[in-house]
Amino acid sequence: MTDKHKDCHCSVKIENLSVTRGTQDVLENVCLEVKHGEITALIGRNGAGKTTLLKAIMNRIPHTGTVTYFNSEGKRIAQPKIGYVPQTLSFDRGTPLTVSDLFCANSGIMPVWFKHKKERLVHTREMLALVGAEKLIDKPLGRISGGELQRVLLAFALDPMPDILLLDEPVSALDRRGISSFYDLVTSLRSEYHMPVLLVSHDLGHVTKYCTRAALVDRTVVLTDSAKSILKHKKVREAFGLDEEGII
Amino acid sequence: MDGIYAVMDFLLPFDWAEYDFMKNALLAVLMLTPLLGFTGTMIVNNKLSFFSDALGHSALTGIGIGVLLGIDNYMISMVGFALLFALCITGIIQSETASSDTIIGVFSAVGVSLGVVLLSANGGFTKYSNYLIGDILAISQSELLLLAIVLAAAIVIWALIFNRLLLASVNADLASSKRVKVRLYNNLFVIMIALLVTISIKWVGIMIINSLLVLPAAAGRNVSSSMRSYHVTSVLFSMVSGVAGLISSFYFGTSAGGTIVLFAAVIYFITFFAGRKRKA
Repeated sequence: MTDKHKDCHCSVKIENLSVTRGTQDVLENVCLEVKHGEITALIGRNGAGKTTLLKAIMNRIPHTGTVTYFNSEGKRIAQPKIGYVPQTLSFDRGTPLTVSDLFCANSGIMPVWFKHKKERLVHTREMLALVGAEKLIDKPLGRISGGELQRVLLAFALDPMPDILLLDEPVSALDRRGISSFYDLVTSLRSEYHMPVLLVSHDLGHVTKYCTRAALVDRTVVLTDSAKSILKHKKVREAFGLDEEGII
Repeated sequence: MDGIYAVMDFLLPFDWAEYDFMKNALLAVLMLTPLLGFTGTMIVNNKLSFFSDALGHSALTGIGIGVLLGIDNYMISMVGFALLFALCITGIIQSETASSDTIIGVFSAVGVSLGVVLLSANGGFTKYSNYLIGDILAISQSELLLLAIVLAAAIVIWALIFNRLLLASVNADLASSKRVKVRLYNNLFVIMIALLVTISIKWVGIMIINSLLVLPAAAGRNVSSSMRSYHVTSVLFSMVSGVAGLISSFYFGTSAGGTIVLFAAVIYFITFFAGRKRKA
């Protein structure tokens, strides 16, 4: 940890978060704290409510309970900024939309069909440079590769610098090289900017390699531990079938 | 108005431009086509072309209700009913209980059949058949003024809501993470389409309005890669087919609306093949 971040108290606290769909409780009394500089993995079986939790944090679906954000001085942030990278961005690939259209549409009211402000373009190029994607600035979003798109979306999630970064299985569409370069990028950004990161992942290998903490989700947060020791828990081994015959 | 006519006489020394009704129609086309051109971009992006078609059909019921209530200006009842219709459709679509094309299909059927029943009950449907294909040659000077106000208002609203609407249309989750109120912007857009469709229907016609919303934008999409070129080409294609269609209809003695749509369709097919070549 660098000196700059030594006294940082930024964190996100989720308290008693519940989501009901119809009469069914999808999530019940979720309590979780993600501290500054931590990458917390949400793990668990399919349908355990991991993605639902991310959507509730984004206020995309109705929920009860609170999500509170604290800044580096430990004070509450009233209007938190959220960065979000989806599993695969479902969008119409034929849309005439360039990467810079996307970034400029998210910064002010100047309609992107009229003009892109020069300082916004400079800023967009800087954000894309963070993820090594500055060459893509004028490319249509529908015509870049899966790995490039995830990088662009990561840069988009960081503009403006968020109070929490939510990653929903961000590498599931990538090949092995794409995966490690994406995660290397996330870990290096973490050491640079130190915002709390919540990551949904199916791959325990990624979790132990790249995350600092992990939380087992099954309609609530069942347990949390450091990413290194999470595999020692019986419930985690059960959820992933690690003790079954033939799996080492 | 006389001043505008004088300028047009000077700029357009042609047979067709000698008549005031053609001058009015040209002015109407020059205002309507860019309006439909730029809103069409988002209709095509959001896959709402079936929806705007249903809205056009709902105008029949709107007129029927107007007749029933004894209103002189059917535009009021058309706009009122279309707004209700649009918000009902989006409300049901957002509840995610059935697929959107089914819901729109059902509403479209109701809009047409209820309209036909109401109008035929009031002494014959033929009286209202003008609304089916519209008559841009019959536009009055006060209606031109209304159109100018609508155009100006629409441009202002489009400039104010476009960026957020665009984010919502790319991906709703991504837009929510940037604090865009996706539902609000989608509803605003739907209200805007409902207003534009019903206001234009008298001149463009129920059968034709949707073609003018969809074709130029679809053609623009074929040859664009950014939002800017999409808007520019869509508005350009819309205006070119509008003016070319209007003038041709004068010489061929055909319906202006239909001729305009045919020009737009030709442009669509040209851009379709040009776009395929470019992307190949």
